[in-house]
Amino acid sequence: MSTAVAEIAEVKKSEPLFSKKNRKLITNPLDIDNPVTVQVLGICSALAVTTQMKPALVMAIALTVVTASSNFIISIMRNSIPGRIRIIVQLAVVSLWVILVDQLLKAYVYDVWKQLSVFVGLIITNCIVMGRLEAFAMGNKPWPSLLDGLGNGFGYGLILLIVGFFRELLGGGSIFGFKIFEAMGITYQGNGLMLLPAGACVIVGLVIWVQRSINGYRETH
Amino acid sequence: MDLVNLGIRSIFIDNMIFAYFLGMCSFLAISKKVKTAFGLGMAVVFVLGVTVPINWLIQEYILNPGALSWISGDFADIDLGFLQFIVFISVIAAVVQLTEMAVEKFSPALYGSLGIFLPLIAVNCAILGGALFMVGKNPPFSFTQSVVYGVGSGIGWMLAIVALAGVREKMKYSNVPAPLRGLGITFILVGLMSLGFLSFLGFSL
Repeated sequence: MSTAVAEIAEVKKSEPLFSKKNRKLITNPLDIDNPVTVQVLGICSALAVTTQMKPALVMAIALTVVTASSNFIISIMRNSIPGRIRIIVQLAVVSLWVILVDQLLKAYVYDVWKQLSVFVGLIITNCIVMGRLEAFAMGNKPWPSLLDGLGNGFGYGLILLIVGFFRELLGGGSIFGFKIFEAMGITYQGNGLMLLPAGACVIVGLVIWVQRSINGYRETH
Repeated sequence: MDLVNLGIRSIFIDNMIFAYFLGMCSFLAISKKVKTAFGLGMAVVFVLGVTVPINWLIQEYILNPGALSWISGDFADIDLGFLQFIVFISVIAAVVQLTEMAVEKFSPALYGSLGIFLPLIAVNCAILGGALFMVGKNPPFSFTQSVVYGVGSGIGWMLAIVALAGVREKMKYSNVPAPLRGLGITFILVGLMSLGFLSFLGFSL
């Protein structure tokens, strides 16, 4: 009896909830292991929902919730999922969470839900969710998996907000719907190109350029 | 004539990549060589062409509000719309799995060249996106229209990935600033290509 208690105490001591390793799981995806700019995951929605900052923020929150919770669930089930059918099991868990998020958004922020249209549903096939499930949750304990999901959600949200900031500012002269140039007394003619796919791609390209100049990450072609 | 218009529209004007950014992940990851890009493109055309009509049938006869009334009048006020995501993704995963088995059985050579990409298609957002857009169309599509739309969107996606792969093959010979190499310059390339595709917006069909 006493040995069992001692064992539990030892396990707890060996892995505190916010150990250095666990903190890394949250901070790495923000920069050197960013899901969008380094792992090349979840590009579709990152480009499509960033015409304004408000939908970008809602989308980032939705994706963080889905990634973290499905990472957690799959990690609990990881030892009982047969390898051959794991993709469909993962898809089923993910779509459960996406349906919940979708109904919640529809109930509480209807106008943003309307604006996001199919992209909430497309979180199911968002490569960040599937990628993290495959690469992390299938081989790690529930708590680190939850942190990994949160961290990657934040990393994704960071890029979304940066891209959304520039697109909304240059395209419509506003931030979160607040007409910033008008408030300063400057007339600003919105640059329509920023609202189009072309502008989004170029901005993401430039963000990657700046980020890699700073952190020194390089690719050979 | 209507169908031809729809086909052209789904290939060029509503191009999956350049108008909606769908399927970007595999678009960027598997566009380093023209040959593999073409193989993946063909697989996407096939899977879209099959799953969009199947999902149309499911939406029409099971998921729409009151669609179940063909079984019995009692079901006339049932709305299963909230099951849409999970049903669609299951259909897609099943079709992809079946395609993989069939290709493996009947054409091992094709399977060898496509093998790795086939299972990946299940999580390509262009496929699920195609099905979801098809449902959202107003006025609603007929069955034939959904077939044309599925195949057309697939061809549009294939054109885009083959074109990008062609450009990226040539990129090897140019001197790009080091931090921009790889992903960064590819994004800017996609932006420029998408500018080109903007010219199709002017067409009225």
